[in-house]
Amino acid sequence: MSTTLLIVQILNGLQLGVLLFLIAAGLTLVFGVMDFINLAHGVQYMLGAYLAVAFYGLTGSFFAALVLALAAALVFGLLLEVLVFRHLYGRDHLDHVIATFGIILFLNSAVKLVWGAAPLSLPVPEALSGSVALAPGLLYPVWRLVIIGSGLAVALLLYVLVSRTRIGMLVRAGATNAEMVGALGVDIRRLFSLVFGFGAMLAGFAGIMIAPILSVEPGMGDTILILAFVVIVIGGIGSIRGAFVAALLIGLVDTLGRSFSVDILRLFMASSTARTVGPALASMLIYLLMAVVLYVRPTGLFPAKGR
Amino acid sequence: MTKTVSMLATAAAALALAASGAQAQEKLKVGLIATLSGPPAVLGQQIRNGFQLAVKQKGGKLGGREVEVLVQDDELKPDIAVGKVKAMVERDKVDFVVGPVFSNILQAIVKPVTEGGTILISPNAGTSNYAGRDCNPNLFITSYQNDQMHEISGKYAQDSGMKTAFIMAPNYQAGKDSLAGFKRYFKGEILDEVYVPLNQLDYSAELSKIAAAKPQVVFVFLPGGMGVNFVKQYRQAGLADTIPVYSTFTVDESTLPAQQDAALGFFAGSNWAPNLDNPQNKAFVAAYEQEFGAVPATYAFQAYDAALLIDSALTATKGDTKDRDALRAALKKADFVSLRGSFKYNTNNYPIQDFYLTKVAKRPDGKYQTEIVRKVFDDYADPYVKDCKMK
Repeated sequence: MSTTLLIVQILNGLQLGVLLFLIAAGLTLVFGVMDFINLAHGVQYMLGAYLAVAFYGLTGSFFAALVLALAAALVFGLLLEVLVFRHLYGRDHLDHVIATFGIILFLNSAVKLVWGAAPLSLPVPEALSGSVALAPGLLYPVWRLVIIGSGLAVALLLYVLVSRTRIGMLVRAGATNAEMVGALGVDIRRLFSLVFGFGAMLAGFAGIMIAPILSVEPGMGDTILILAFVVIVIGGIGSIRGAFVAALLIGLVDTLGRSFSVDILRLFMASSTARTVGPALASMLIYLLMAVVLYVRPTGLFPAKGR
Repeated sequence: MTKTVSMLATAAAALALAASGAQAQEKLKVGLIATLSGPPAVLGQQIRNGFQLAVKQKGGKLGGREVEVLVQDDELKPDIAVGKVKAMVERDKVDFVVGPVFSNILQAIVKPVTEGGTILISPNAGTSNYAGRDCNPNLFITSYQNDQMHEISGKYAQDSGMKTAFIMAPNYQAGKDSLAGFKRYFKGEILDEVYVPLNQLDYSAELSKIAAAKPQVVFVFLPGGMGVNFVKQYRQAGLADTIPVYSTFTVDESTLPAQQDAALGFFAGSNWAPNLDNPQNKAFVAAYEQEFGAVPATYAFQAYDAALLIDSALTATKGDTKDRDALRAALKKADFVSLRGSFKYNTNNYPIQDFYLTKVAKRPDGKYQTEIVRKVFDDYADPYVKDCKMK
């Protein structure tokens, strides 16, 4: 029985991991290629979820909502880039932080104004709403498996895009030395917009996929953003591969820590103490992991070359 | 220069005094403080709406006096709440403060509001310390003592012969109190007691543990957005059809619009439900729905009762708020028809009332509400009253 529980918890960890990857991928690209800290990446995740709810309301079909919300998230990301972020690239990191934090406040309030403060929900598509029995009596929701599958598919797609295509080559080159790429005659501005829009769309995709599981509410992107930053720091800023490995690592460590910390501590201490220490330790684990990784490899697990 | 300014100020103050003296009976000022921003804003809105509905139905008057309600948002931050209630008490000279939603805000504002003799009426939060050793003659609760809501589930699980339970709450004081409240009456085996980080969104790990532990009943205290997520995921994991969930503040009319069908059949403990069968409650629910387009939750009804309480006391004192002793005595009589039916004050100014097990149901009109299953406690007083020195 405990082996099945372990397997289920590993699946849960993978699911959190791929979700984090979808968000961190855009964040690390933007940070790596443009040297731009985008705190507003979390609200783009939130916006994806809200757009999906809105389009679902209009069309009544999850898949139509998915496509429309993805397109809208892309357009919105490009719009933000043109209106706000473009004017900040040359500036100090602190300016990035302040401006994008302002966007968080603005969009959280805007969302509340349009859709209200109460949480909204998006139903799971009918065909994928059941659960499968992984072991007798141990059911696992199909939708979570879909999230894992689609996340892995996106990871593969990104891998091919980045390492096998011309655009990907430019992105990698941009991450190493943006000025030189510009000097070689590449329209770096357009490349930046493209990367930014794509990153926003990925975050939006994460928001859409998670909306049937989590409540859609203002501020939902803020907590996940912190985790996404931990992921890109551990993985190495600018590295998609690093983001992928680190996201899965964080997902697994966090989930397994939450599931088994109390049981493991119980082997060493009294049950009531374990109950107090366990949850506290579990919520610290990923930050401990980050500290250890930074100590051993200060630039992260897979640093983008040349930084 | 400074002299002129101070002279002018004195003159202005004198004029203001004269003006206020000239008015026969000035407006009654009530400060209302609740959480009106952030994810829990829905709860604060219910309190504001419930109170204002009562004032409106009374023709803008309470106890025959015109009412001015000053609404403030505490932002769920104790320091902000203290600043705002101080302004209400010192600058606006309110006679009553009604609020807040959350216990930690109550802890912060009781002293600044009540030390000058202003009356504080809490339409939701009711902590154990103010029921016991810190009981306060200027503090009146129209909700319940927090523990009682959790005890309902424990008592019912025990009475219905459940042998094993899996219990879960957020890792903070109210969460620990909640699980302690459940265990006060439940004597079966606790298979696991899980504390999750406050505002955790994904319960996949905990749901897998529940599925593996196979308890007879699950008890959770997951307020607001936490509950919305938990309920949806519990249903998706296929557990809702096999293991019943008892809860507090996890499924109510403020979260049901987001939970919808996923919450059907979930149980909760409460002192009231929209379908509580008495004429005043039927009228209230209908009026609330017409006015605000949503089904009221406990927050709204308790705020409505708070307004009725003020109205009853001022009627007894003929609108006078200056004689505080008389006002407090009138409040303590609680001479109004509560929406919950039976209601009276204990010596600690906490209600003695009935408590029910409720269950989520879908109404014929497609809206969701909790409905009463059975009464669990009759005229139930909290246990902390023995530590209160008030008579």
